[in-house]
Amino acid sequence: MNVQAWTFVIVGLSFALYIGVAIWSKARSTSEFYVAGNRVPAVVNGMATAADWMSAASFISMAGVISFMGRDGSVYLMGWTGGYVLLALLLAPYLRKFGKYTVPDFVGDRYYSQAARVVAVVCAIFVSFTYVAGQMRGVGIVFSRFLDIDINYGVLVGMGIVFFYAVLGGMKGITYTQVAQYCVLIFAYLVPAIFISLLMTDTVIPQLGFGDTLSDGSGRFLLDRLDELSRDLGFAAYTSGQRGTLDILFITLALMVGTAGLPHVIVRFYTVARVSAARISAGWALVFIALLYTAAPAVAAFARTNLLETIPGTAYADVPGWFKNWESTGLIAFEDHNGDGIIQYVGPDSESRNELTIDRDIMVLANPEIARLPDWVAGLVAAGGLAAALSTAAGLLLVLSTAVSHDLLKKWLRPDISEHQELLAARFTAGLAVCVAGYFGINPPGFVAEVVAFAFGLAAASFFPVLVLGIFSKRVNKYGAVPGMLVGLCFTAGYIVYFKFLYPELNSAENWFLGISPEGIGTIGMMINFLVTVGISRWTPPPPEDVQEMVELIRVPRGAGESHEISG
Amino acid sequence: MSASSHQRYWNSNLKYLAVLLSVWLGVSAGLSIVFADWLDQFRLGGFKLGFWFSQQGSILTFVALIFVYVWLMNRLDRRHDVDDRREGRR
Repeated sequence: MNVQAWTFVIVGLSFALYIGVAIWSKARSTSEFYVAGNRVPAVVNGMATAADWMSAASFISMAGVISFMGRDGSVYLMGWTGGYVLLALLLAPYLRKFGKYTVPDFVGDRYYSQAARVVAVVCAIFVSFTYVAGQMRGVGIVFSRFLDIDINYGVLVGMGIVFFYAVLGGMKGITYTQVAQYCVLIFAYLVPAIFISLLMTDTVIPQLGFGDTLSDGSGRFLLDRLDELSRDLGFAAYTSGQRGTLDILFITLALMVGTAGLPHVIVRFYTVARVSAARISAGWALVFIALLYTAAPAVAAFARTNLLETIPGTAYADVPGWFKNWESTGLIAFEDHNGDGIIQYVGPDSESRNELTIDRDIMVLANPEIARLPDWVAGLVAAGGLAAALSTAAGLLLVLSTAVSHDLLKKWLRPDISEHQELLAARFTAGLAVCVAGYFGINPPGFVAEVVAFAFGLAAASFFPVLVLGIFSKRVNKYGAVPGMLVGLCFTAGYIVYFKFLYPELNSAENWFLGISPEGIGTIGMMINFLVTVGISRWTPPPPEDVQEMVELIRVPRGAGESHEISG
Repeated sequence: MSASSHQRYWNSNLKYLAVLLSVWLGVSAGLSIVFADWLDQFRLGGFKLGFWFSQQGSILTFVALIFVYVWLMNRLDRRHDVDDRREGRR
């Protein structure tokens, strides 16, 4: 069987698994639809959170991006893991004790204001929506690369699967399918990683092979060889940083803090049975995430070394099979500028002209072929990429649907609807959100990738400060928090829109504030939010007694109980 | 739980956070970014140390920090009799 046939089989089996799990975990109440009835065990919850977190970008693109960025790739490695420490220490246990259903729930109640609730809902919808459009597009791309199915049909199939288990099971269905998806994706990521590690360094564990000697008998360390190859070709040394330190620092911080402000991640800690479970669930989530995230830079280095050793200076007629296979997808392209039939691949420091263009995604997608693995492994990689994209999409869609059915409808516009009606509204809006996301998957706005970075900056500048202050300070009030959120949001959004959409020609270090790029400006937005929120709160009346008592209560683990409605 | 016991519990919590978050910032912003070039003069097997922190060491530290936090808080909860060990079973 060839790659395409294997892909159909393995992807088909994985989809059957998700559907089976979905039927088994049908939601029967709003509590099950919103927070899985608070019954998810901590380790299981951690695994689901890991799958929810790791999207198509983590699975397919990240290793490729790192292989081109070298050490600077750590902005993503640290940026997308460091936030879990903030979640575990500063947010998860307290929000679980608070015991409601959504993030805007907390903002609305803590800041005793419908204005705060609505601002939070708007932020949540915007952040989640931008993120999910990118995921559906990712689903389409995996389908088109592996199955030769038109991208749009791929998006439709993905939509159908997510629709089924999100509408049927809500958070309960999503959680258990995410567990299944984690198993698929981690297996799909590690199998090629292990084999390419064996190929390059004779070491089974990729994370260790990363720091090991090459298998060619030279006794040289892989990374030293990679540095040398890079410099010889006119690239910067792989293990050195290239971007300015301040910018790297701010981007990393923006990503870490943004992680802790993303609604679809925060809400994953409402689903466990008690506060102590929320804490350890964050730990388990990071363990499961780290399994992939420590393998990724190894994969990046292996793939880059292999590329630099086999392709530059090789005659086009003699390239390995995988090169020819992927050429037809347009992910790798050769233009013989000097007509010598030999591939020149050079970097900016070289005098020769570069003839090779490489898409980042190829570093993961072509790995099975580079490592000479059997065809079914490529099918597995396709299933893994889809698992990553669908699991993240589902988590985001749930936030979107609960924002409408719970935060807007039940808590603001129509407080008198019954539980049954609310559940119906939740299912309906989940279905609607899938369709709208699918539409943008099929007709993506041109700026999908940038918009995801946008989402992090906005989460860092709008949610994170008011959530942390709401827990750690009894004095901070609605007069500070609402303007704080708005200022953080507008400053960050304005900066990003200015440089990325209005005047992209100005988007370079000389024009940036303090040399900080739009990807890192969320850190500044966060600081501004903190200052405004605390500043205004000092000069305005403190929150009412019952709110201050609530803050006291959520600081104590005992007595968490089930998530519940509080009337009024 | 009495007000003063609550205050002591909360103060201990804040102390733990201060220490753990300092390590978090120190390893991520410090060792892996600001001091990475300086650390590169040292080696850890086949890795330059600054590079290793930025790509692997920081992530491992993050995991350790969370589990240390969990252990500290479980102990603190029991000491102040606010733990929730007996909850969540239905």
